[in-house]
Amino acid sequence: MEALYLLIPLSLILVAFAVWVFFGAAESGQFEDLDGPALRILNDDD
Amino acid sequence: MNAVSEFAACYHCGQPAVDGARWRVSIGGEPRNMCCPGCAAAAQAIADASLDDYYGSRTGYAATAAGGDAPELKLYDEMGLNGDAVFTVEGLRCAACVWLIERRVAALPGVQSALLNVANERLHVRWDPADCRPSEILLALRAIGYTAYPYDASRHGAQLERARKALLRRLFVAGLAMMQVMMYAVPVYLATDGTMDADMAALMGWASFLLTLPAVTWCAWPFMRGAWLDLRRGLPGMDVPVALGILAAFAGSAVSLVRGEGEVWFDSITMFVFLLLGSRWLELDARRKAARALEGLQHAAPATALLLAAWPAPCEAETVAASRLRPGDVILVPPGQTVAADGVILEGRTEIDLALLTGESRTRAIGPGEQLPGGAVNVAQAVTLRVASSAADSTLALLVRLSERAGQDKPQLAQWADRVGAWFVLVLLVLTVAVFVFWQAADPARAWPAAIAVLVVSCPCALSLATPTALAAALERLLRHGVLAVKPHVLETLERATHVVFDKTGTLTRGRPVLRETVALGAADGAGCLRIAAALEAGSAHPLAAALRDALAASGTMSLKAHAVGSVVGQGVEGEVAGLRYRLGSAAFVAGLAGGAAPLGAGAGGTAVWLGGSGRWLARFDLVDALRPEAPALVRALQAKGKNVLLLSGDDEEAVRAVAAQLGISDARGRQLPQDKLDAVRALQAGGAVVAMVGDGINDAAVLGGADVSFAMGQGAQLAQLHADCVLLGEGLAPLEEAMRTAGACARVIRQNLGWAMLYNLVAIPAAASGLLNPWLSAIGMTASSALVVLNALRLRRGD
Repeated sequence: MEALYLLIPLSLILVAFAVWVFFGAAESGQFEDLDGPALRILNDDD
Repeated sequence: MNAVSEFAACYHCGQPAVDGARWRVSIGGEPRNMCCPGCAAAAQAIADASLDDYYGSRTGYAATAAGGDAPELKLYDEMGLNGDAVFTVEGLRCAACVWLIERRVAALPGVQSALLNVANERLHVRWDPADCRPSEILLALRAIGYTAYPYDASRHGAQLERARKALLRRLFVAGLAMMQVMMYAVPVYLATDGTMDADMAALMGWASFLLTLPAVTWCAWPFMRGAWLDLRRGLPGMDVPVALGILAAFAGSAVSLVRGEGEVWFDSITMFVFLLLGSRWLELDARRKAARALEGLQHAAPATALLLAAWPAPCEAETVAASRLRPGDVILVPPGQTVAADGVILEGRTEIDLALLTGESRTRAIGPGEQLPGGAVNVAQAVTLRVASSAADSTLALLVRLSERAGQDKPQLAQWADRVGAWFVLVLLVLTVAVFVFWQAADPARAWPAAIAVLVVSCPCALSLATPTALAAALERLLRHGVLAVKPHVLETLERATHVVFDKTGTLTRGRPVLRETVALGAADGAGCLRIAAALEAGSAHPLAAALRDALAASGTMSLKAHAVGSVVGQGVEGEVAGLRYRLGSAAFVAGLAGGAAPLGAGAGGTAVWLGGSGRWLARFDLVDALRPEAPALVRALQAKGKNVLLLSGDDEEAVRAVAAQLGISDARGRQLPQDKLDAVRALQAGGAVVAMVGDGINDAAVLGGADVSFAMGQGAQLAQLHADCVLLGEGLAPLEEAMRTAGACARVIRQNLGWAMLYNLVAIPAAASGLLNPWLSAIGMTASSALVVLNALRLRRGD
């Protein structure tokens, strides 16, 4: 059970990391257009 | 070339095109049929830019291209767009469109990048202002068949976009916090006494606290802010108990945590915050979709006019913004264009269409010296006009102001809902305090949990969550069926409406003449006569001409070509088809060529157009402003629901009575000015009626603004759409019936939800107040209740 003393703080860090990644993705416009990339991949552009 | 009349799809847009038609474009080495010059021009532009791969990789037809030159696009150059702008593009159909648009725009000289966002149909372009102008980008898009216009962020839901971005982040953080806190909470709930030591419990408690902190302070911020604003207004809304519940539970848990004894409810708090944000998300999403549909309707290029600066000396007409016109300016009004400002005709005779302005269904002949109101449409020939009053003082602008005044006096239903909500909240807060005081005296340890349980359990979810979710679901369903609800109260008011008032021209009728019958007079058959007539009218903007062309297109017959066509205003057209001379128009005009009197009288109702060759009468075409086919069934359905149906029209009494008789409407009034219509509706409202109004014209704008709930036709005047609560997209009245059905279903679901919430609160609040429920149990009860209510609301989306 002692492992939990390490795992619980670790889980907090992981959550913080997930939030950081999500904010970064949102900032860079990843969630602006959820349909376009699926369509664009069909055309090989020269 | 074969002359067999045969359908083939237009290679560009898929509309029926006649094989061997006039418009052909060679694509990939093969000639392809086109339905219209617009599509032909678009296809040619695509082929010329060697982008014809588009046709190979697309998975759906393009939208029919409008084609033609658009000098008004030049005005966008004066908007101060400098090198970086966002344009809204209409008509995106499939993956190939994305490719085509990006490639075409990127190929323009001076354009640095072009990126299309498919989700919101916006094209972001960066260009070098020295080499490229916004109008060139818009023209290039127009040339390949897409309508585009600058996206004006301040006008169109920029606020909604920002709110959506912020909400997405809050929702994500709240969801993550909820899941993680739940992880820590489950072992605590599951552990039997003594199996978990105090240190471990404290560690989990502090970890939960750390995760709940951002959920409460940042994610729940909109509710805190809303509660604060409500309190300052002195009208507590649903945000008040929500915010109080969150804060009280958080403070209580934090105190327990520090003291190392008592309950913590971090899991309930994060779940509560997440669910509330989730329902907001659904609501915002529905509003965003509606806002986008509305944007497409109202983009309106700035009104333009063709100024003849040097008149009467011959000069080039210059395109200027209508707002720049001053009294005394001389402008040219070409056929097919709307008159920009009130004025007096200097030169030329023409016919004008006042259907959107007054509701009159027939065109009116007009000549030099006569007044021409701004907003009328010139349908026959170009005229020059001396502007009598600036655009801001024109007939059109006066009608706009009348409408704005009408809108301000609209009955405010929303306030009623707010007051009821406030009353509920006050009772709840008093109850919470009473519970706290009671337990403080009886058993202080249970005072906090009981008070928080009351706040959380009653979480006025039915009121604060179920009703908006039901409305959002219903609005989404409406949008799918072509009803764009602009104001949120539409469904509620429509259900309560006692009177439904219709406009005639353009609403119950199509608003343009339709060929009802062709009466052949000579040897030639009706279909052959129609081909000749359509050929003569091929270049005309007159509504009667359009009706003949449409009738021919609908019959699928190949069209002919006319030569040496000349027209006499108010009389008709004359021209040669296959080497023979024909006249088409009024009986007197045709008699000039055919000789003698017309062999038949004019048909009953509507307008008769005659066709004759030299020395012989050929046919009479009966054109009427036909009823929309779905109108009779709609009126019957409304009457069956016990609603009173009225008809108020600006057209003359006789035409109005004829339509009313066909539809079984007993109360029909003609010759109604905008003010008369508004007065009639006000009189009904004064008698306690709830009035729904359906209209399309500029003359309806005021009454649409004044009615309790109003619908504008999607193809009507923009002014009417601006003042209506709801816009029927597409053609026809069919969506209105769907709106009535959805309103009924929505009211039913809301009643069920409120009923359930009432029952649940009657059981749960006393249980919580008596201390039987601890906060986590009440949070589960609240969640289950919310889920039930939301799922019930989502049933509305399914209905077809």
